[in-house]
Amino acid sequence: MKPKSLVNIDDYDKDDIMRIIDTACKFKKNPNRQLLKGKVCAALFFEPSTRTRLSFETAISRLEGRIVGFSDTATSSATKGESLKDTIMMVSNYTDLIIMRHHLEGSARYASEVSPIPIINAGDGSNQHPTQTMLDIFSIYETQKTLQNLTITIVGDLKYGRAVHSLIEGLSHFEPTFNFVAPEELKIPEKHKVFCDKKSIKYREFTEFSLESINDTDILYMTRVQRERFTDLMEYEKVKNIYILKNDMLKNSRDNLKILHPLPRVKEISQDVDENPKAYYFEQARNGIYARQAVICDLLGIEVNS
Amino acid sequence: MGKELQVAALESGTAIDHIPSDQLFKVVGLLRLQDLKNRITIGNNLGSRKMGTKGIIKISDKFFEEDEINRIALVAPKVKLNIIKNYEVVEKKRVTLPNIVIGIVKCNNPKCITNNEPMKTRFDVIDKDKVILQCHYCEIKINKEDIILSKGK
Repeated sequence: MKPKSLVNIDDYDKDDIMRIIDTACKFKKNPNRQLLKGKVCAALFFEPSTRTRLSFETAISRLEGRIVGFSDTATSSATKGESLKDTIMMVSNYTDLIIMRHHLEGSARYASEVSPIPIINAGDGSNQHPTQTMLDIFSIYETQKTLQNLTITIVGDLKYGRAVHSLIEGLSHFEPTFNFVAPEELKIPEKHKVFCDKKSIKYREFTEFSLESINDTDILYMTRVQRERFTDLMEYEKVKNIYILKNDMLKNSRDNLKILHPLPRVKEISQDVDENPKAYYFEQARNGIYARQAVICDLLGIEVNS
Repeated sequence: MGKELQVAALESGTAIDHIPSDQLFKVVGLLRLQDLKNRITIGNNLGSRKMGTKGIIKISDKFFEEDEINRIALVAPKVKLNIIKNYEVVEKKRVTLPNIVIGIVKCNNPKCITNNEPMKTRFDVIDKDKVILQCHYCEIKINKEDIILSKGK
């Protein structure tokens, strides 16, 4: 039988998501445990990603597991022309779990089909990054004490942002209402609107980053508007300063509002927001450790006590 | 146009009729007819009242498996199959798209793992009427008009 893997946020149903959140809460109370003692985890980063790699390495180290792997392809056998399948088969002989990031889309799904040990997708091109979604959802649950019936406003690059697309899928089990705020060129793609319609999820679209969209929301999820995403640079110049959150825009926001961002942040959240107790993005990044500890233990069938 | 046969009659085998003219050679490739030693008659740009022009393929002494023949629904979903024995049509069939298409369509995403690794492609057919495929690996959707067959097919 194939081992369980986490490739796509779709691999988790509602119960799976709630189980991971429950375990992540336990790890947040006590992240230092000996649960991975004697285990070796492979971190195969065919494409560099400092933030995600450090988060996984911290998650494993705090559970006393060991890590082997590489942080870019320059030091991997892929530069010698080895196929992904061969690399996975080789590494799976040595380790108990493989965490992989790869620039090719679908690579993690393929790896999970050939690997005899669990695979965690830490990003496959612009396709999926499910542990990012799990830490986002964990942060939403933690700050709102529920996932049911929340209003989530997502701002910025809704066209290419992989974190955004997976977040919509992951939250779809919990009757959310979405506000999609994006410039014309970076609007949410049709297929995600069709997805929301099929699931009877309410959503509104805005091209203005207005106070209206901020004031009636529980979660404000900010993303980067990147210059290289625009075909028309005039358009970028027009919108680059519009999708910036400033502290005074939060005056009439809900008490329970929390601001999230998958990071790295550039200019889209001004520095003065950092002092506002509603800013939660650094804590959200910290939650990545607990969410990843929960996913790793779940895939390895390790029980986590409170 | 009279009733005369546009392509020679078949004693035994499969006749594939009503192939859109521009899809004929794709059908040839999908069925790997180039690898067969059977006698094959291919006609194209033949007159058709319904279609304007059409293609016909007749293959002697060849009876395809369902999976094999259903592939051509990807490019020519409305073809008619006539199974012929002893100069008589003994069965008329239509093709239907399978739920999963393995190894015959190329993924249009250059960053898809299937275009970079020695492996078979795999698509889920998410709309049989409109012929929309979704790559099992990179998840992009491909519409009928954008379908490209894998090399050598």
